[in-house]
Amino acid sequence: MKNTEYMYVDGIPVAINGEKNMLQVIRKTGVKLPTFCYHTDLSIYGACRMCMVEDERGNLYTACSTPPRAGMSIKTNTARLRKYRKNILELLLANHCRDCTTCANNKSCKLQDLAVRFNIDGVRFPNRADDNKVTNSSASIVFDSGKCILCGDCVRTCHEVQNVGAIDFAFRGSKMLISTAFGKPLSETMCVGCGQCAVACPTGAITARSEIQKVWDAISNPSVKTVVQVAPAVRVALGNMVGIPEGKDVSGLIFAALRKMGFDEVFDTSFGADITVLEESKEFLERLKEGKRLPIITSCCPAWIQYCEKKHPELMENVSTCRSPMEMFASVIKEERQERGKKLFHVAVMPCTAKKFEAQREEFLGKDGSRNVDAVITTDELTHMLKEAGILLNEIDPEPVDHPYDNASGAAVIFGVTGGVTEAVLRNVVKDKSRSALMKLSNVGERGNEGLKIFELTTEDGVGLRIGVASGLANAEKLLGMLKNGEKFDIIEIMACPGGCVAGGGQPFVHADVRKTRGKGLYDTDRMLSIRHSESNASVQALYDRLLKGREHELLHVHYKKK
Amino acid sequence: MPEAFDYSIVDEALAKCGAKQSSIIAILQTIQEHYHYLPEEVFPYLAAKLDMSEARIYSVATFYENFSLEKKGKYVIKFCDGTACHVRGSVPILERVRSELGVTAQKKTTDDQLFTIETVSCLGACGLAPVMTVNDEVHPAMTPDKAMEVIYSLKVKEDAR
Repeated sequence: MKNTEYMYVDGIPVAINGEKNMLQVIRKTGVKLPTFCYHTDLSIYGACRMCMVEDERGNLYTACSTPPRAGMSIKTNTARLRKYRKNILELLLANHCRDCTTCANNKSCKLQDLAVRFNIDGVRFPNRADDNKVTNSSASIVFDSGKCILCGDCVRTCHEVQNVGAIDFAFRGSKMLISTAFGKPLSETMCVGCGQCAVACPTGAITARSEIQKVWDAISNPSVKTVVQVAPAVRVALGNMVGIPEGKDVSGLIFAALRKMGFDEVFDTSFGADITVLEESKEFLERLKEGKRLPIITSCCPAWIQYCEKKHPELMENVSTCRSPMEMFASVIKEERQERGKKLFHVAVMPCTAKKFEAQREEFLGKDGSRNVDAVITTDELTHMLKEAGILLNEIDPEPVDHPYDNASGAAVIFGVTGGVTEAVLRNVVKDKSRSALMKLSNVGERGNEGLKIFELTTEDGVGLRIGVASGLANAEKLLGMLKNGEKFDIIEIMACPGGCVAGGGQPFVHADVRKTRGKGLYDTDRMLSIRHSESNASVQALYDRLLKGREHELLHVHYKKK
Repeated sequence: MPEAFDYSIVDEALAKCGAKQSSIIAILQTIQEHYHYLPEEVFPYLAAKLDMSEARIYSVATFYENFSLEKKGKYVIKFCDGTACHVRGSVPILERVRSELGVTAQKKTTDDQLFTIETVSCLGACGLAPVMTVNDEVHPAMTPDKAMEVIYSLKVKEDAR
């Protein structure tokens, strides 16, 4: 057996257990080095120089890009390092638009945090930030080059995690900037609006496009009836704003808070997800019977739909014609919740920036040109609105959603986590729906945080199904590559954001641990619900007897127009 | 986008340099050799052929000073402004040529798309200073009059066509 190797961090021996870089070894000692460009999900870049450490001979190393060596002795906090770090921060701040009080990311900004941490009490250099060069061409995100510190996190996320590559560095030296090819509007590039770049951005340079004002205006207008729906993934992330642990389901508090904010009716997108499960299972069973257009590929994720349209248009035929739960529910709401003499304004609270684009797609406009969803706000935006309204989530009492869409199954709630849609559909497809059968079904391979999951399953009728589940578009690309190489799949689920909607581009503080706890939160809720598969949702069944009779195709399905 | 861009030059470049991402600089150079600049149309085409994002190719093309994204004239005239050429009087030549052709340091190409006037830092022919090149053909020991003579003879040749 090989002896354990040690390196010395600030004089303390630390075991090296296969860490790829010193940064990870140092973190084990309880020292958190400052970083901008280091992300565990991304390749090593070594650009920001904040994680610099010093060895005994005074050599400097970037901890993120230097592998640990046995016997090496480094210091993490010397006078020289402190001076350099301050210098780097001052230089970054000199190139940064420092309008912090009016920034969307005020108080959730890594640059701000590190400036505070290193006691930056003045910047010796004149400010040379681009003044307000804001790119506003995407329905989902806004880019402000004046706040960009060129760490490249967004570029690597877009290329490595999402395989989209809409943006990259352009030009060089002092002229360098983040740009699309030829500075084209984002809407004309491969951008799918997933918002993972905004998640990766350590400053407020990339943010979700805010629709807050639009929503407040509607709420304050007495001749407008405001109806809101909240997606499953929001409930396990929002509580964190008031210190409620990540992953704890605060749906009741959210419904109560939305009513306090002034929404006239409050609903849960899970209801829409239950309709989606029924429609998608129906569609899958039909295709399976005919043996045509298999595999069926899920259609809930609007960023995935854009990716498919832009990169794999030939696969659009395999994509389920089901609208996303948000859009299914929106068309039901538009049909049923109109009130005489009032204009209906429908808001969706989503963990997602791509939904902002979906909501304005021409396929989801009514005959009169009006949108089915009038505004989409992200979890982050809802957090801002709650703060503005002074509503303390931890001090109010929980409330249920409004009638008549007042039930949701556990199958619908888990739509927010990777593998959830597959599990929900499987629950519907199998005949034995006993508690133990459903429990078994949760162990066939669809759960877990891996980006790519492939498993097989035999139904009661002896039909063998091969299922692929991918989250993160680079993983999706791998899965589609297997499909194109002739591998057989029956169901493919794709969510654009790694981990699924719980780690969506509109969620606060997305990182690997949070994906896991939030996913677990949704599974916990599912386990606690007595209704666990969509068919047993009585409110949905009632809707089929009422509104949806013979109108399923018109209201619940969509054929995306060829671009 | 023009109706039909002829991609045969791009295909030749791909065949010559190898259709792989690591050859991107050589591919762009080969394309630029033909067009004297990199037409916008080649970017999406290359992106698809090399399974590489357009933004990344744009990143490479804007990083290197040598790549141009602006359309150039039929004759690309480079004036050396390295130390040797500079002290032997490259600036007056450049000023005269620019004023007679109506171009500037920013607007480098004449309106008739015939001439593009550029400066380079050193052509490595200091013994011949001041040096001018016309589409890589070297003209040594220039003066303002000699430079204009070369340009006028090209203009006369073109007008006769």
